[in-house]
Formats: sequence, structure tokens, C-alpha cells
Amino acid sequence: MMDSLYIAWKYLSFSKARTATLVACVTLIAVLPLALQLLLAESERQLLSRAESTPLLLGAPGSALDLVMNGLYFDDEVPELISMAAVDAVAASGLATPIPLYVRFKARRFPIVGTTLDYFDFRGLTIKAGRQLALLGECVVGAEVAERLGITAGDSLLSSPETVFDLAGVYPLNMKVAGVLARSHTPDDLAVFVDIKTAWVVQGLVHGHQDVTRTQDAGVIIEQTDDNVIANARLVEYTEINPGNIDSFHFHGTPDDYPLSAVITVPRDEKSATILRGRYLDGDSGYQLVVPGTVIDGLLANIFRIKHMLDAVILVVAVATGLALVLVFALSIRLRQREIQTVFRIGGSRLTIARLLAAEITLIVLVSGVLCAIALLLVHQYSDELVRTLVIR
Amino acid sequence: MIEIDALEFSYPDAGFHLRIPGFSMAAREKVAVIGPSGSGKTTLLNLVAGILVPRQGRVHCAGTEVSVLADAARRDFRISTIGFVFQDFELLDYLNVLDNILHPYRITRALQLTAEVRDRAGSLAEQLGIGDKLKRGVEQLSQGEKQRVAICRALLPGPQLVLADEATGNLDPRNKGHILELLFETVASHEATLLAVTHDHELLPQFDRVVDFNDFRVGAA
Repeated sequence: MMDSLYIAWKYLSFSKARTATLVACVTLIAVLPLALQLLLAESERQLLSRAESTPLLLGAPGSALDLVMNGLYFDDEVPELISMAAVDAVAASGLATPIPLYVRFKARRFPIVGTTLDYFDFRGLTIKAGRQLALLGECVVGAEVAERLGITAGDSLLSSPETVFDLAGVYPLNMKVAGVLARSHTPDDLAVFVDIKTAWVVQGLVHGHQDVTRTQDAGVIIEQTDDNVIANARLVEYTEINPGNIDSFHFHGTPDDYPLSAVITVPRDEKSATILRGRYLDGDSGYQLVVPGTVIDGLLANIFRIKHMLDAVILVVAVATGLALVLVFALSIRLRQREIQTVFRIGGSRLTIARLLAAEITLIVLVSGVLCAIALLLVHQYSDELVRTLVIR
Repeated sequence: MIEIDALEFSYPDAGFHLRIPGFSMAAREKVAVIGPSGSGKTTLLNLVAGILVPRQGRVHCAGTEVSVLADAARRDFRISTIGFVFQDFELLDYLNVLDNILHPYRITRALQLTAEVRDRAGSLAEQLGIGDKLKRGVEQLSQGEKQRVAICRALLPGPQLVLADEATGNLDPRNKGHILELLFETVASHEATLLAVTHDHELLPQFDRVVDFNDFRVGAA
């Protein structure tokens, strides 16, 4: 058998392109369904664990899935916004603790999550380096964000404009990184957390200005009297909050009207949860209160329905590819008739030919098996991240 | 060494019929077979080697009646008794020179690949002038060198009978004489018998006898 393997190896390494094609086909046939299985299992784990640890989520009426995906996994799709008044209403009910979320903006591709300190307690997030949020304009970053961007406590992080074409839009905010969170293997690792008011600063709803009464730049002032100053557009709007300008930051309008994307609602007990759900069942409330676990169960049911279809498609493709491989081998035997005749003429038998072909198939399957194992190990190693990138985002 | 009696052979549906009333060869004899294309020269070699089986008659080779042996026994007999040199060399492109020479040892149980065989392969290759090319791919060799590799492969198991089918047919005139000379030398040094099919009439004087397939008469050179 060793001699057959040796000759088969020589043949396969001589016919490199053919061998590489066969190995790639066999590897892909094996890897695709297994990798899909791994990724789906990991998706299920991640989606469910996060959803099940979030009892209720309050948001605007509309797609419950969009609301949950944005509120729990910081998905790009921003649901209809609600106002800060929703938080006050939940707090006033005495039935639950509200945790506001405003997930809309990004900093270097990572979502900025505007929230309160309650969020960190609720998720059990701890600071690994630096300190917790304390001042307006500060952020704490997830472990993965810190690693990928190479930043740590004391560094700065600039928010990204919503669109590069919005020339009249708000200036990016240069946020000071107050701390880095310990790794939690959840979407929190990939988020930039700011106080809810800082999120509004990013949007431009809260801002500070250059002090026009003290400026030395005469070009900024259009008209100045004892009790009034009119400035032109050269007036600087701060893009960084520091001890020198923090006092100039102010709200325009009523904070109750300020936007949120969702409110995590943590009921005091089962009964409170039921009462709250009953209150928000009424379509006229202007809100929807969803149980994330139920929403994600529905999503997973759809994913697994699609997965069954994919399995069937992969099976058909595998059978077709298998038949193609058989055809390739059959054709290759016809093309190798001369070589086979040589083997017969120098003393080989049909069994010899069968043994040589079996050795070739064995080697191809072995190499494919090794590649498949490596690919699956890599998928397993990075499944956590792959699922977040491909499935949850 | 070879005894053929009332041999008849035909390929199914090919309209080819070979009839050899009688033919014999003594041990260590060097016999050339000549004749027009399609007259059955290669078929004769294949019948002697046991690759083909006659419809009628008997083929004796080295004391064994080849024509009555079963497939596996015929194959084992061929491997252990006969060395075959082909016109188009029958070398495998994906093996280097040494692996081609040792190939029969790797595909049959009748031959055992030992260190002694490897040494012998090296010596024989030296003797045939390809000792420095053992690690080369066969596609890098000239036609003459390829035929030397084929001769080396045929002679390595130490056969009693060497069958050469147009062994010099693909070679230029200078190489023809040289390769035939080498074949004679190595066959003689192995005390083997040589039955060679050839179209090169200028090489015939070097053989002990010539078999003419035109009228299948056996005559002296």
C-alpha cells in the first residue's frame, strides 16, 4: 500500500492544477455545511443569550426585530425614535427600572451607544483600564474596539459624521476615552459607550459656543451692544468638551423631547412585567414593549427554516459535485489509458490500477480532510466574531 | 528458451489472423524479427510474454507452457522471467528516472524492492550511461536516454528473456547503433536471450538469426 501511496503522491504532485481543483472541490463540499452548522449554532447561542438576559425593550411601534437588533446588538438599522419622556413614564410607573438607549451614531465604524450608568450594572460590564464615565464628552470603549483601534484610557476618539455629504451637519465630537471595558464576548465589546447627553451632543442637540463676549476675533462679531451680541457663522462650535468650555454647553428645547432609540425595561418582578406589557399592548400608547427572547425565537425559527433549505441546496450541490468528481475520475482514467496500459505491460494487474486510483482518492480525501479540519478550526476560533460581523453586525 | 507449436491467434472482429507453424530459440540467442507493419511481429512478442493468449497451439518459454497459465500466473511468470523494451519507451512522466526503473517493483508482489535492488539499479544505470540522471524527470531526457531507462527497467529484475519491440525505432541513426550495442552488451552480461522486432535492416547483421514475417521463414543472418 505504501508503494501505491508513493506513486499516487508522485502523480498528484505532478498534476498540480488537477489535484488542487479536486482538493478544493472536496474540501468545499465538506466545509460548507459543517461551517454553516457551526456558525448557526454560535448565532443561536449569541442571539439567545443576549435576548434572554434582556427582559423587556420599549420602543416606537414598527418592526419589533429592528428594535431588538438595534437595542441589543447595536445593528445599523435605526428604528423609529421615541423621546426621553418614555423613560420618565416607565420610571413613574414604579414597575420597572428604565435604561435609555440611543444607538444611532458611529465612531470609526463602531456604534456609539448613548445610555446611563445603569446599563453597565445591568449587563455586568466592568472597567478593565481607566475609569467609568463621569463627564460630558467622555466615552468608555469595548475591549474589541480598544484592541482594533489601538486606543486606551486617556486617548481620544472622534465620532463619524452620519454622511460625508452633510456639509451643514454637526461637527464630529472628539471624545476622551475614560476607560476600556473588560471583554464580555458580547456586542458590548464592539461598542463605544457614552452618557446619553453626550450622544445628544454628537447629534448637535446639546452644544457649546465660543464665548463671543470675550473673543478677540473682530471678524466674528456682526453687531455688539451693551446687552446683545450678534455673531456670524465664523463662530466656533466646540467639537471637544474640556474643563474650559464644559460650562458653555446647553440644551435647546426640553430634554424630555430628546430622542432615544429604545429603553431597556427591567421590571421589578414577574407581576410588574405583566402589568407593563398590558399597558403597552394598547396601540394608542405610541410605544411597543417587546420581549426580546420571543422576537429572537421568531428570527431563529426563520433562520433554521432557511438553514433547512440551504442544507437541501448544499446536499444537491454536493451530489452534483460528487458526480462531477466521479466523471473527472472516469475521464481521467480514459485519458490515462496509455499509462494504464504501460502499468499492465510491465506487470501490473487490474487490482494494481484499482489500488493506484484508490491511493490517489485516499490522498485527495486526506488532504481535503486536513484542509477541512483547519478551515473548521478557524471558523470555530472566529465564529464569535464572524457571527457578529455576518449575522448580527 | 522459446518453443512455439502450431500457434494460431486472431483479434476479435479485426480480421487479423496469425499462424506460426513452429518456431524455437535457444538460450542466449539473439534473434531479430522483421516484416511489414501489421504482419504480427508485436503480437508474437505479446504471445511469448503471455500478454496475449493463443486461440490454438502452444507457447513454451523458459520451460513453462505460458499459454495454459492462468492470468495471475502468466503475469508473475512474465515479471520474473521476461524483460520488455518498448518502441515508445512506456515511461511515466510523473516519475523520475530512478522511480521509472523501480516501477515494476512497486506495482507487483512478484518483485521485492530492497536496498540491494536499489544498488543494482544504480549500477545498471551507470552501465547504461544514465547514472547521473537518476533524479531527473523523464521529460528532461533525450530519446536515446529514455530508451536506456526503458532497457534498464527491463533488465533490472534479471530476466532470462528480453523482448524488444522496435527498441531503436524512435532513435536517430547514431543512437540506434549505440543503443543496440548497449542492449547486446547488457543482455550478454545478464546471460539473457534476446528476441527483437526491428525495421532497421542495417542492424540485422548483428543478430544471430532473423525471422522474416513476410513468409514466416526462419533464416540465418
